[in-house]
Amino acid sequence: MDGSAVLGRVYADGEAVAHQGDVGDCLFVVQDGEVEIVAEHDGREVVLRSAGRNEILGEMAIFEHQPRSATIRAKGTARILTLDKRNFLRRINEDPSLAFRMIETMSHRVRLLSREVMELRERLGEAGSPVR
Amino acid sequence: MIARPGESRVGVEPDEAVLVDGSRIAVLGGGPAGSFFSYFLLDMAARVDVRLELDIYEPRMFAQPGPTGCNMCGGIISETLVQNLAADGVFLSGDVIQRGIDSYMLHTDVGSVRISTPNSEARIGAVHRGGGPRDVTEPRWESFDQHLLTSAHGRGANLIGSRVEHVGLTGGRPTVRVHGEEPRTYDLAVIATGVNTSILKTFEGLGIGYRRPTLTKTLIREYHLGAETIRSSLGSSMHVFLLSIPRLEFAALIPKGDYVTMCLLGEDIDNALGDAFASSPEVRAVMPPGWQPEAKSCQCIPHINIRGVEKPFANRVVFIGDSGVTRLYKDGIGAAYRTAKAAARTALFEGVSEAAFRRHFLPVCRSIRGDNRIGELAFLLTRLAQRLPILRRAILAITIDEQVHGRRPRLSSILWDMFSGSAPYGDIFARMVDPALIWRGVLALPGALGRRAKVTLPEQRTGG
Repeated sequence: MDGSAVLGRVYADGEAVAHQGDVGDCLFVVQDGEVEIVAEHDGREVVLRSAGRNEILGEMAIFEHQPRSATIRAKGTARILTLDKRNFLRRINEDPSLAFRMIETMSHRVRLLSREVMELRERLGEAGSPVR
Repeated sequence: MIARPGESRVGVEPDEAVLVDGSRIAVLGGGPAGSFFSYFLLDMAARVDVRLELDIYEPRMFAQPGPTGCNMCGGIISETLVQNLAADGVFLSGDVIQRGIDSYMLHTDVGSVRISTPNSEARIGAVHRGGGPRDVTEPRWESFDQHLLTSAHGRGANLIGSRVEHVGLTGGRPTVRVHGEEPRTYDLAVIATGVNTSILKTFEGLGIGYRRPTLTKTLIREYHLGAETIRSSLGSSMHVFLLSIPRLEFAALIPKGDYVTMCLLGEDIDNALGDAFASSPEVRAVMPPGWQPEAKSCQCIPHINIRGVEKPFANRVVFIGDSGVTRLYKDGIGAAYRTAKAAARTALFEGVSEAAFRRHFLPVCRSIRGDNRIGELAFLLTRLAQRLPILRRAILAITIDEQVHGRRPRLSSILWDMFSGSAPYGDIFARMVDPALIWRGVLALPGALGRRAKVTLPEQRTGG
């Protein structure tokens, strides 16, 4: 017994869990291993961040009727559990507290993004570019 | 409705039944219902900066193998519950989940078919509620109930290992007394003892309108096969059986770590029915060669709740899990989760008065009870299939067709949800009477009338 997960599905290194541009009908919870979130822009891939055990991913597609904004890809072998959008929203309707953790996660990500924007602006300011 | 001592709140009287800093809660029973309640109440209370004192009374040691540590249940964590807990951030590792179930094998006397999850994802967990059957010497997996209890303790719950001798009401507040100690007074008592206990009778005498639920019996047996044998025989499929054996309504074999759990529902459940099922050719075909049906490691015939309590609450008292309302036959742990969280949300955010529970907790119980009534209809159809070979053949033919040809899995999804307890019965029943499915059934009947040979589709994995 090593505490590893047995629920979900195993993805091989580099295998896509979800693709950028796909219609999002589910969200994901990492059970084991690590995944990276990769956005493609002008034919180039940008790794936005990595996520590990117990992290929720793909939640933006649940609350917005937008295609997935990035690809989720296994970084090494990873085990991922899928949560169906429709059933999940129905359960949140009965039990709003189910969304607490997701809101917490999103809030945390907004905080990180704000910090990154701040750092980028500071760097641009140091480089002499006008910062608004 | 959250208030703190000294706070001036419009509409909150000093004696009003609300939880405030320092409020004391007694949880009777440390099974899933009690642990879920404690975990989520303390988690939510921390979010709103309310500090509560919560005592869980549980005399059993769940980590112990055998009946002393067992809560007597098939040990299935349904797809819905797995997903809910994942969303809640409650991680269930392979230390607790002995096997991830990724498919169902439906066995009848006219053939078998495998129904897989989309992408063959393991969406259901098989666990032992206690430390395992009585012949376990060194448990390799953690007890599910112990795991939840430890998680609740981690959130700040106090564990009291003494047996409760008396529960009463003094001045409108619940009191709990254990052997050799003075009664303790609480602001809320949460009853999560399950139904296999005599203490529930006490509550009928308290004048709070509580009447115990209607019960039936189930039979649970454990067989030791070893992990490797289970992998090569039953695999990671739950095996369900629709067999025409008198008094048998539903039967399943659930593969776990080193053991296979046999679970039976039916009329007047007894050993003879268990033996008749275990000796059937369909069961022998699933179990490994040389397996002896009589070589069981453990067996119990516990009560289960089949008609929930009408009024599972009173002023400062609430009944959750099997002690109150649960799902018919399936997903009892999932129902414990739902009622526990509903009670916790109500107690923290709406108060602990009878009116608060009636308004905010009762709708969840009513939803489960109402769904159970539809479930009774759905199980009637299952019983009909058990009695009519032509219906069993048609079911098998349609399911195989869906699994092989990738057709929309109308029947496969019904069977999956029916056997796994993953969807409300109302939802399942609506799909059962879908004209498109009935039409498929009509088309399959001529073939079912003519076919006599067994049809089996054990290895197809085409999504369900």
